Amino acid sequence: MSGVSGSILYLDGVSVSFDGFRALNNLSLVLAPGEMRAVIGPNGAGKTTMMDVITGKTRPDSGAVIFRTDTDLTRLDEPAIAALGIGRKFQKPTVFEPLGVHENLLLALAGNRAPRHALFARESAAERMRVEELLDIIRLVEHRHRRAGDLSHGQKQWLEIGMLLAQEPDLLLVDEPVAGMTDAETAETARLLRDINRSKSVVVVEHDMDFVRALDVKVTVLHEGSVLAEGSIDHVSNDPRVVEVYLGR
Amino acid sequence: MMRVSFATLAPPALVLGCAVLLVLGNVVPAASSPFHVPIFAVSLTGKYLAYAILALALDLVWGYVGILSLGHAAFFALGSYAMGMYLMREIGRRGVYGNATLPDFMVFLNWTKLPWYWYGFDHFAFATLMALVVPGLLALVFGFLAFRSRVSGVYLSIITQALTFALLLAFFRNNMGFGGNNGLTDFKDIAGFPLQADSTRNGLLLATALALALAFLLARFVVLSRLGKILIAVRDAESRTRFLGYRPESYKLFVFVLSAVIAGIGGALYVPQVGIINPSEFSPANSIEAVIWVAVGGRGTLTGAIIGAVLVNLGKTYFTSALPDFWLYALGGLFILTTLFLPRGLVRLFEAKPVAALSEVPATKARAA
Repeated sequence: MSGVSGSILYLDGVSVSFDGFRALNNLSLVLAPGEMRAVIGPNGAGKTTMMDVITGKTRPDSGAVIFRTDTDLTRLDEPAIAALGIGRKFQKPTVFEPLGVHENLLLALAGNRAPRHALFARESAAERMRVEELLDIIRLVEHRHRRAGDLSHGQKQWLEIGMLLAQEPDLLLVDEPVAGMTDAETAETARLLRDINRSKSVVVVEHDMDFVRALDVKVTVLHEGSVLAEGSIDHVSNDPRVVEVYLGR
Repeated sequence: MMRVSFATLAPPALVLGCAVLLVLGNVVPAASSPFHVPIFAVSLTGKYLAYAILALALDLVWGYVGILSLGHAAFFALGSYAMGMYLMREIGRRGVYGNATLPDFMVFLNWTKLPWYWYGFDHFAFATLMALVVPGLLALVFGFLAFRSRVSGVYLSIITQALTFALLLAFFRNNMGFGGNNGLTDFKDIAGFPLQADSTRNGLLLATALALALAFLLARFVVLSRLGKILIAVRDAESRTRFLGYRPESYKLFVFVLSAVIAGIGGALYVPQVGIINPSEFSPANSIEAVIWVAVGGRGTLTGAIIGAVLVNLGKTYFTSALPDFWLYALGGLFILTTLFLPRGLVRLFEAKPVAALSEVPATKARAA
C-alpha cells in the first residue's frame, strides 16, 4: 500500500461504526507535507473519531490510513503512532496537573520511553535548553515552576501544545485549541499555530469560525462522517450544502 | 536531581530510632524497672512494622499510579508462607512425629515424601529469595495480563480481590501441601536462633525496622525519579501519556511487581514474629484493612502509609482486647471520618505548607477513591 505521492497523511475510504451508528462513512482526505488544514463540521460529524482513527485509539472497520509514504497506521497502537511523529492535543486541555510546567514539558520531550531508562534518567543540559525554548514559544517562561493544575485554561491549552512540540512530531492533530479562550488568547493561538506550521504539518479541528478565518488555510467540512466540501474558507462558506448543514444554523 | 532531604531521611531514622529504643528498653533495665519494655511489646511492634511494609507497598501502587489493589495482602501472605516453609523445615525432629524431613501435617496426612515445591526450603537464603520471587512472579503474570488488557479502576480492584480470594480457597485445601486451614506453626528457631528467646525477638524487630527503612528509601527513590513523575502522569491522565508515546502498562507492571516484592518482604518478617501463618491471611478483609491504613495515614505520601499502619494497628490491639465487639465499627467509622474530614490523610495535618508536592493526590480524587 502506498499513499498519494508526496502526502504526509492519506485517509482512504475510512469507515467506523459504533453500535450501528456510522461515525465515519467512507472518509477520504489527503494532507500535503507542511500543510495546515482546518476541519470543521457540526457536532457528530466525525471530527474527533477521525483523530481517534489517525492516532490509533479507534480501529476503523474498513479503509486505510497512510502516514508519509507507506506506514499503515491502522495496524499500530497509540504509543507506536506517537513515536512515529504524530502528536495529538485533546479537546479538553490535558496536562499533568500535580506536576510542574517544566516537568510536563520534560516528560513530553522526545526520547527513550522505557521504564528502565526513566528510573535513572537525570535532566541533561540539552533537555533543559530545549524545555526553555519551548517555554519561550508557548509564552510560559515566567510560569515554569508553577503547578500545571494552577494555570489558567488558556495557559493549559498552550502547555499542551508545548508538550506536543516537545515530542518533535511531523504532524500535529489539534482538537478545538481555542475552546474557552478569550479573544486575545485566540488570536495568540492562531499566531502560535501558524508559527508551528512553518516546520510541521497541522490538522486543526475547530468550531470558532473567526479563528478558522484567522488561520487562512484550506478547510475541510465534515458531515455525517464524510467530506461535504473542501477549499478556502470563502469557498466553503458559500457552498449551499455547507450553509444548510452547518453555517446557516 | 536527587536531593537527600529531611523528608527522605526522617522517616527511616525515626523508625530505626524507635526500634533501637524499644530493644534497649528490653535489654538494659531490669525486669522490675518501670522503664523495662516487655518482650511482647517488642514483637508487637515488629508486627506493626511488618504491616507498615505492606502499607508502603500498597501506597506505591495506589497512591502513585492509581491501582487500588484490594488483594495486596496476598503478596504479603505468600512471603509469609515462603518463610513459614523454612521455619517448618527448621523444626526437624523436634516435631510431634519426630520426622526429620516431613512437617507434622504431612505425616498426619500419611504423606511419605516431601512435595517437590518444598525442596530447598531447608535453606534460609533460598526461602528468603522465594519470599521475594514468588510474590513478584505472581504480580508479573497477573499484572501483565490485567494491564495489557487495559483493565483499570473498579474492575481491576475486583479482580485483585478475586485473586486473593482464590488463593485463600486454594491454601485451605489440605492436598495443596501448605498445612490446610491450620497453616504453618509450632516454629522452633530461625537460622539457629530460638524464636522464643528475647534476643531473637529483639533481633527480628531490628531486622524489620531495617527492612522498612530500606523499603522506604527504595520507594522514595522510585517516586522522586523521572519514572515516579511518569507514574503520577499515568495516574491522572493515562491516555495523555499514551499519546506522548509512553506505554502505561509497562510502568504499571514495573511498580506492581516492585510493590509485590516489598509486600513479600513484609510477610517474611511477619511470620517469625507472630509464630503462625494460615490461609486467613489471604482473606479479602485483610487487604481492605491495608487500604484503610494507607487512606488514614495519607495516600501518595509513603510516610502516611507507615503512620497509618502503625496507628490503626495500635488502635486494633487496644480495641480488640478492651472492646472486642466494637473494633469493626471503629474501623468502619475511621474510614468514613477520614474520607469526609481528612481526604488526604493524617500526614497532611503536619505539613507546614501545601507544597506543590510531586505526589499530591487531588482532594477530589482521594475522595472518589
